[in-house]
Amino acid sequence: MLTALARAAAATGGRALPIKTVRHVHLAARPLVLVAAQLAGEACAPLAVLVGEDRDKPRLLVVHEPRDRTQRFEFAADLAAIVLPAIERYCGDDHGGDDVGDVGGSADRSQPYPDAPQLLVPNQPTASFLRLLGRSTRFRGTEGEHAVHPSVPLLGRWLTYFSERGEVSPSSQLLPMTSVLADHWATGQSATEDANLSTLLAWISPPDGMTGRDAARAAEDPVRCPPAGPVTDPTFDNEVLEPILRAAHEAALTGDTARRRRALADLERALRGQLEPTWALMWQAVDLLNGLSPAAHVEQRWLSDRRSFTNQAAWIRDGGAPQARRDSAVAAARRLARLEREQQRLAVERAYDDPLVMAEYRMTGEAFAGDVVESDPARVDTTGKRPVLRPQITVATTDEVLFEPGAVLKSPLRPAQQATVKDVVLTGRGTTQVVLELKGGMGRSLTPPPGSVPAVGDNVTYTSLKDDYQPAPKFPEIQDTPWTHGGPPPQDVPTDEDAREDWS
Amino acid sequence: MTIADAAASARAVTEAILGDLAKAERGVVVDSPPGAGKSTLVVAAAASLAERGERVIVVGQTNEQVDDLIDRLASEHGVLRIGRLSAQDYIPADRVAVHQNVTVSSTIADFSEHPLVIATAAKWAMLSNTGLSNTGLSNTGLADHGTRWPWAIVDEAYQMRSDALLRIAHLFDKALFVGDPGQLDPFSTVETERWLGLNWDPMSSAVAVLLVNNPDIPVHTLPVSWRLPATAAPVVSSAFYPFSGFTAATELKDRGMTWNTRPFGMTSVDLALQTAADSGWALFELPHRHALRTDSEAVDACAELAARALLRGAVTTSERGQHGVTATRIAIGVAHRDQAAAVRRALRARALAYPVLGSSLTSVVADTANRLQGREFDLMIMLHPLSGRRDATAFHLEAGRLCVLASRHRHACVVVARAGIPELLDAHPSAEPVHLGVPVKFPDGWEAHHSFMAHLSNFRVPSE
Repeated sequence: MLTALARAAAATGGRALPIKTVRHVHLAARPLVLVAAQLAGEACAPLAVLVGEDRDKPRLLVVHEPRDRTQRFEFAADLAAIVLPAIERYCGDDHGGDDVGDVGGSADRSQPYPDAPQLLVPNQPTASFLRLLGRSTRFRGTEGEHAVHPSVPLLGRWLTYFSERGEVSPSSQLLPMTSVLADHWATGQSATEDANLSTLLAWISPPDGMTGRDAARAAEDPVRCPPAGPVTDPTFDNEVLEPILRAAHEAALTGDTARRRRALADLERALRGQLEPTWALMWQAVDLLNGLSPAAHVEQRWLSDRRSFTNQAAWIRDGGAPQARRDSAVAAARRLARLEREQQRLAVERAYDDPLVMAEYRMTGEAFAGDVVESDPARVDTTGKRPVLRPQITVATTDEVLFEPGAVLKSPLRPAQQATVKDVVLTGRGTTQVVLELKGGMGRSLTPPPGSVPAVGDNVTYTSLKDDYQPAPKFPEIQDTPWTHGGPPPQDVPTDEDAREDWS
Repeated sequence: MTIADAAASARAVTEAILGDLAKAERGVVVDSPPGAGKSTLVVAAAASLAERGERVIVVGQTNEQVDDLIDRLASEHGVLRIGRLSAQDYIPADRVAVHQNVTVSSTIADFSEHPLVIATAAKWAMLSNTGLSNTGLSNTGLADHGTRWPWAIVDEAYQMRSDALLRIAHLFDKALFVGDPGQLDPFSTVETERWLGLNWDPMSSAVAVLLVNNPDIPVHTLPVSWRLPATAAPVVSSAFYPFSGFTAATELKDRGMTWNTRPFGMTSVDLALQTAADSGWALFELPHRHALRTDSEAVDACAELAARALLRGAVTTSERGQHGVTATRIAIGVAHRDQAAAVRRALRARALAYPVLGSSLTSVVADTANRLQGREFDLMIMLHPLSGRRDATAFHLEAGRLCVLASRHRHACVVVARAGIPELLDAHPSAEPVHLGVPVKFPDGWEAHHSFMAHLSNFRVPSE
């Protein structure tokens, strides 16, 4: 609801409003940025990409005849020549993750590589495009008929890895820029319009002397700001791309090499013109995000990314099979359980890290904030077998408190401490007093160390959101898949056939 | 159909099910429309299997449901020894604790002699976690494959996600799955598109996955609803169960709702209650307006209707005799948790305004459709999921949500809504993509909503 309010305020004020106080994603020092264009009307027919780690030296790769499958995989090999070194740079030999393959899973976790690659793309469709590209390349054979360069299936496996990390909500390994920006700023346009990088950035940081709304309106012009891909502007397709491709095709048929070379030069120039504005916007967005300080839990989440990356690198090095075409029953259930747990953890961490996120929970009654008006830090409960320290505080809040006595809450400032609601009293004029009994996070003695119990006058927040550790649910082994789910699946042996799609 | 006919047709189906159980290779699925005697069937099947000397586990979805089942089983079969497997911090509900033949424990080893053990799906899934070393059953020769029971009865199986079934399927050889296909589908907070169309989509219901992978399993449908009155069964049946269908067990003359007092004047609230008492339905219509989710006028209307019904002393007549309607027999159903909280607040505020009612008003059940699933009331007041909305999302259009809210009552249902829902529906035809390999769900929520509103329009009572 607060986001809706911020959107309304942004629409009135003509400028985007920040809706997060900190940055909730990790930004790598040298992210790999990739902007792509694909041919309209074909599923996953790459046309061009602009890719690189250096904002001043993007590499342009163009497929001269996007309908030619052979060229498609040559393009994949070219892309692999840029992307794979950028990934392998993080798997240095002299780092701790080197011998993980021999010592097993636990060592993997304790010794991740010191850093991991990060892939930045303009939007969600580009991420989906990379997923499809990964799917169409990771099963390709490197010998026999239709052989491809050995780097192609490897690229496919890494692209698949990145897309799968992209589905894990706390992961920062593959970030669609529009989603990240829209998460941190509220604009005066609709969510659908927010998926357009140029207008989104125009709302967030308009040029001097312009309102966000005016800048966004100007940025809607596909000539000034071509679409961020992978879908191209239809007018560009009809008026620029199609004539060039036709000329190149005719020249190839007639053997007119000079005309063909001219056409291909035209093609490269035209596609560069389509991709370069987005390239500049991507780096503008990176700068914007770098202007925000990272949230407290970002570092820890990036550690999970590093671990995951280290494991994947070890898996590939040890000759593990590419990711299966489809999840088996057990793998699907495991993945769903993991995604849900990670999502839940992310929601809690974001609320703990950011008062603006917590405010949404205060609106829905899942948290309240207020001042401590009474504090009895030395209160000892003697009703049990032995006396225990149970300080009691009273918090006065103007938030609506929906908790009932008995509810167990936590404070982001003192995550080790549990607070049990003892009483909720409406004191009139919209103020509620909540009596809380505290437990834990105060050492073992019967006198709490200073600072471990909120003092009178402290502003505190309490919430039912908890970052409690919960054991991962256990599922049967794949070979024990029960009859209810079709029984054990046949052994998954990757074949060339896996690369075939119903639609290809 | 007279009650005797209804009982006969229900008995015939139950006998067919029990017959199939005796010769089943893998299991039996039973679809049960709202109030069709699902619990009765579970109790009968559990008892029948236990009498044959089979050891049975019963899988419920929530502790609440499990406790309800235990209460029924223990009351009707006093000699059966029942085990209640629970979490360590579970405190037995009163209705469980009163039964001498029920043992509560958190370790399965305590139940090695019990023919019947009941727990939630989550608890059964934990069983495989703990392994067998501490269950005392490790030396039975089954240790390698875990403890297995010949039979399981899975209750509310349409509410159970297929991944939950995957975790417990190793516990039993054969199973009886019972559930209501018209209720809310399982949901997830994450994107689950990647599994669409797979035979084992972890997001499908346990029954859906079971039937796709085992198409030979017989499916039965219970034919009559004991809960829904003759005014409601045809409406709910045609809107939400257009193919299987069901009828009310009772006739129009069997159920009635009257009032102890006459209203002083006839406000629109009284008129709505009277319409509902006479015809089983009322649409209490507020003027058209886009509103927040916790639309205070609509929330107040819900609370006022409940308060008024209590103030005037509603009395129901049914095959069970004549009873006054107490606060716990009235429910206010909503779509969202914050709406439920707002309704509870409004009830508390009204409890102060009507001292004659005392605190009883706060005993009116106000909850979301998800949490009202499987429960039964005399008078249902529902805040229409689309009331005051600007758009109709998949969440608000879901047929199961509306079906739960519209099928909880034994006597009457008052729908509180802002005007303009049919127009809103027309402006938002369902636009969910169709996926390969995923059976099309029919009726979709859009169609069900329209059908329901078309019926309600006959019982419109404008507020003021």
